[in-house]
Amino acid sequence: MRVLVCVKRVPDFSGEVLLRDDAQAADARFVGYTLSNHDLCAVETAVQLAAATGGEATVLTVGEAESVEQLRTALGVGCTAATLVEADPVALGPADVAREIAAVVRDHEAAAAAYDLVLLGNDAADSGDFQVGIRLAHELGRPVVTGIKTVAVDGDALRLEGDGPEGRETFRVPAPAVVTVLEGGVEPRYPTITGRMKAKKVPVEMRAAAGAATGSGRLRLTLPAVAGSSATVLGEGPEAAGAVVDLFEQLGVTR
Amino acid sequence: MILVYVETAGGQATEVSLEAVTFARSLAAAGGGIPVDAVVVGPMGDAVPKELAEHGVRTVLHADSPKLATFSGAAAASAVLAARAQQKAVVLMAGGTNRGNEVMARVATRLDAAMAANVVAFSSLSPFTVTRQVVGGAAMEELVLPKRPAVFTVAGHAVEATPAEGAGSGDVVALPLQLTDDDLAVRAVSVEPVDTKAAGSLKSARVVVGAGRGAGGPEGFGDVVELAELLGGQLGVSRVVTSLGWRPHHEQVGQTGSRIAPELYVPCGISGAIQHWAGCASSKTIVAINTDPDAPMMTKATYSVVGDMHEVVPAIVQEIRARRG
Ligand SMILES: Cc1cc2nc3c(=O)[nH]c(=O)nc-3n(C[C@H](O)[C@H](O)[C@H](O)COP(=O)(O)OP(=O)(O)OC[C@H]3O[C@@H](n4cnc5c(N)ncnc54)[C@H](O)[C@@H]3O)c2cc1C
Ligand SMILES: Nc1ncnc2c1ncn2[C@@H]1O[C@H](COP(=O)(O)O)[C@@H](O)[C@H]1O
Repeated sequence: MRVLVCVKRVPDFSGEVLLRDDAQAADARFVGYTLSNHDLCAVETAVQLAAATGGEATVLTVGEAESVEQLRTALGVGCTAATLVEADPVALGPADVAREIAAVVRDHEAAAAAYDLVLLGNDAADSGDFQVGIRLAHELGRPVVTGIKTVAVDGDALRLEGDGPEGRETFRVPAPAVVTVLEGGVEPRYPTITGRMKAKKVPVEMRAAAGAATGSGRLRLTLPAVAGSSATVLGEGPEAAGAVVDLFEQLGVTR
Repeated sequence: MILVYVETAGGQATEVSLEAVTFARSLAAAGGGIPVDAVVVGPMGDAVPKELAEHGVRTVLHADSPKLATFSGAAAASAVLAARAQQKAVVLMAGGTNRGNEVMARVATRLDAAMAANVVAFSSLSPFTVTRQVVGGAAMEELVLPKRPAVFTVAGHAVEATPAEGAGSGDVVALPLQLTDDDLAVRAVSVEPVDTKAAGSLKSARVVVGAGRGAGGPEGFGDVVELAELLGGQLGVSRVVTSLGWRPHHEQVGQTGSRIAPELYVPCGISGAIQHWAGCASSKTIVAINTDPDAPMMTKATYSVVGDMHEVVPAIVQEIRARRG
């Protein structure tokens, strides 16, 4: 099975979020870039499927040339080919990204390298648009399932599992399909030294954007105001236990 | 009119859907009193139309068919588009759940329009300008939705669901829907109700004891688990804890975990990052335990205890046991 996994270069948000002076994007100068957790799980899923079926996993990103760093991360854990569509990430809207990914899928298919499955994250850690996968599926005329935790091959179809509001849902979808992944189903592996060495040798296909970006309608980003403390301090250290249990009793939670 | 895609669960409209309806009402008022209609797809409990009417909905457009017994995002989008064609909607919206976001993204894609996920406010009707959560709520984005209908979702718990002053009629009108193969290509083939010991009960637990990086390692959860058991509650954890593999993902609270709304939440050694807060903000009372009095969780909580969770939690456990005798 041939799998394409789409990833986005995003600032590392594990600490404080800072904005650029032009308020058009998060400032990653002090924190660096990474892949969102959902995308890491999508990469892991792609690599596992390729291994299970004797297939291949290709990684793709649309963005600045430096995004090659994120492609190398995916190559380091088992993807075997990579494509970078160069474009100014700030100018891209979700429809632009979907159109660029679709152009690559069609070109690769024309070159006899069709994909049975395209995996994406359910939502990006920075913009959180929740839609690139759906727009891509529409462009390609393929079925799409969102918010999936695990993917398995089931004959000529895919067996997908996710958590819906009523419980664990199983979907059976014919390939080729588009699937968006939520973290929690697979454990992303870390690149090994040999993995990293191998990744360095893989040539990255560099492409120009297929079309002009239409953008997202963004005016500006802002940070929410931080309110002062509203908490009542019950005490310090173990001595506070009495006051805490008094409160629990008042709330009626100690039975 | 403004059309809201309403999700139901257990025969009721979901809280996030009622929040979206409440948001729609404020938008309707700003627009000079345009009506708010709802579309419900698949089985609808008897209570739903009345609930929606109380929240100001004029007409409930109901698309039902045995084929809609399980969720299909494509079919739900078709229903929203059919309702829109029938009633000339200027705004199409839903609650910002994974499902609401999926349906609205499908609707926007088919209309070749933009979709704004997780909106919290609007600042202008023309051009239609909204503010939405990005980075899981750690930052906000102001953006323009230039086309009509404007398509967006309302971030969960960004507004409180409140009944309308003058209730709507909530009349139910059947929405005829020609389901295509595309509409039904992706449907769940089976749904297995959640393990009552897992995520389901965390979401509905009366008491949740939380633990974050402060637990120190996979062996650091004994005391918090014991406290949770003593209070008849559940354990909830931060993403750092699940990312490090200390506890399973179904215990995660937050934007990408469960959203909880217990009577009491006791986060221990959790800093209270905005993405975690997104999942616990609806707790009635929060008693935070942390060594850092300035951690966001400590300042946002109702009550705080400054201290090492490995000392404070055992002392609380001991105190409860002592009082029980
Ligand atoms: C798109 C996105 C989605 C996210 N979704 C989620 C989500 O769903 N849920 C979630 O939780 N996070 C989520 N995060 C991650 C979030 O930003 C934080 O990184 C995470 O919540 C921090 O976890 P923590 O509080 O356990 O760790 P830290 O931030 O490291 O905080 C540890 C806290 O423990 C305290 N502490 C240390 N030792 C002790 C001790 N012995 N006793 C008492 N206190 C102690 C410290 O003072 C500190 O306040 C998300 C991030 C992104 C970018
Ligand atoms: N610039 C990009 N390049 C490649 N994939 C992307 C890009 N932007 C978004 N994606 C993919 O689409 C998913 C959903 O993004 P979004 O719809 O923007 O929240 C992400 O998790 C990625 O897998």
